[in-house]
Amino acid sequence: MAHTLAEDRLQAFATERAQPRAYWNPYVAGVLLGLVLLATYVITGRGLGATGAFGSIAAWLADLVAPGHAAENVAHARYWNDGAPLLSWTLFLLIGAFAGAFFSGKAGRRVRVSVERGPRVTDGQRLALAFAGGFVAAYGAKIAKGCTSGQALTGGSILNVGSLVFMLAVFASAYALAYVARKEWL
Amino acid sequence: MFPLASFHEFSTTANLAIAVALGFGFGFCLERAGFGSARKLTAVFYLYDMAVVKVMFSAIVTAMVGIAVLSAAGLLDMSELYVEPTNLAAQGLGGLLFGAGFIFGGYCPGTSVAAMATGKIDGYAFALGMLAGVFGYAEFTPGIDTWIKDAAQGVMTLPTLTGIAAGWWAAAFVAFLVFAAWGMGKLESAFAGLRPRAG
Repeated sequence: MAHTLAEDRLQAFATERAQPRAYWNPYVAGVLLGLVLLATYVITGRGLGATGAFGSIAAWLADLVAPGHAAENVAHARYWNDGAPLLSWTLFLLIGAFAGAFFSGKAGRRVRVSVERGPRVTDGQRLALAFAGGFVAAYGAKIAKGCTSGQALTGGSILNVGSLVFMLAVFASAYALAYVARKEWL
Repeated sequence: MFPLASFHEFSTTANLAIAVALGFGFGFCLERAGFGSARKLTAVFYLYDMAVVKVMFSAIVTAMVGIAVLSAAGLLDMSELYVEPTNLAAQGLGGLLFGAGFIFGGYCPGTSVAAMATGKIDGYAFALGMLAGVFGYAEFTPGIDTWIKDAAQGVMTLPTLTGIAAGWWAAAFVAFLVFAAWGMGKLESAFAGLRPRAG
C-alpha cells in the first residue's frame, strides 16, 4: 500500500523525535561546570566533592550492622557527624546531582536502562569490571583524599600542588592501562 | 564579603538546601557534557574524543579566573578558601589507583551518579563497588588516614610555592588551554578511526 507524503513525513518526524539529542559543546559545558564550582567556592568556601557521600553511607551502614562501631573506627568517625551521617553536605550535593542529571537526560531523551560497554564484552563482564573499578577507584580516592571532583576540579582551580599531582597520576595510570582495557570499550 | 559561609552562619537545613541546589547544577552540567556515559568518558584514553579533558580543563580555568577576578576586586577573601594539605606520596599513589579504577570501571564517583540518573546499570555497579571500597578502607586499612595526615607536606599551592601570584597562573592556564584545544582537535582527527559507529 502506498504511503502518502504526509504519512512519510510523520514517520520521519517520529523517528527523529526518538533519537537522543546531541551533547553540549564540551567547552560550553566546561565553562558552566566551572561556574557551578565557582559558585560553590563563593558560597561555601570549599569546592565540590563526591567521595565523601560514599563515606557517609558506609558509616551509616556500619552503625546499622554494629551499633557504636562507626563512632569508634577512625575512618568511619570522620563521617559519623554526631550520629547523623546521612545529613552530609556531599551526600545532599549528590542527591541534587542525581536530580540535575536526570532532568538533563530526560530533556535530551538520553534516559534509557542500559549497560554501557564495547561490542567485545558481555553485560556480565562489564558489570563485574564496573564493580571492581569502583572498588579500586574508591581506594585510590581515599588514599589521595579526593577524587576527580574534590581533588582534580576543586583543588586544581586553586592550584593546589597535591591536586595537580593527583590529576597527572590519574591520567598517567589510565593511559598506561588503556591498551589492556581496550576490549572493554572499543 | 565572600565566601558567604565565612561571614554568615547557615542553619543545617539551609546548608543542605544549598548542597542540593549546587548539586543540581553539577549533575546537569555533567550529563549535558556526556559524562553519564562510560564510553564517552573512556574515549579520552583512546584519543578519538577528548571531551573529558576539554570539559575538565575549561571548568578548572573558569573557576580559577573567577576566583582571581573576584579576589582582585576585593569581593572574595582567598585565604578563607579551604585547601586540602598536600601529601605527594598519597596523591601520587592514590591517583595511580584511581586512574586504574577509572579506565576499567568507566566512571569516577561524580559521573557514576549522572550514569545512574540516566539508567546505566553499570553506573550502579560502579557505585556499589565504590561503597564496598570505602567500607573496606575503613574496616581493613583505617591506619592509612593517620599516615596521610602525619606524613603530609602541608598546604602547598603553586602561588605559595613559586611566589608567582594566582592571577598570572590563571592567565598562563588560559593560554595553555587555547594551545591544548588546538592540539586536541588534531588528536581527535588522527584517531577518528577508533570512534564507534553507532551511538
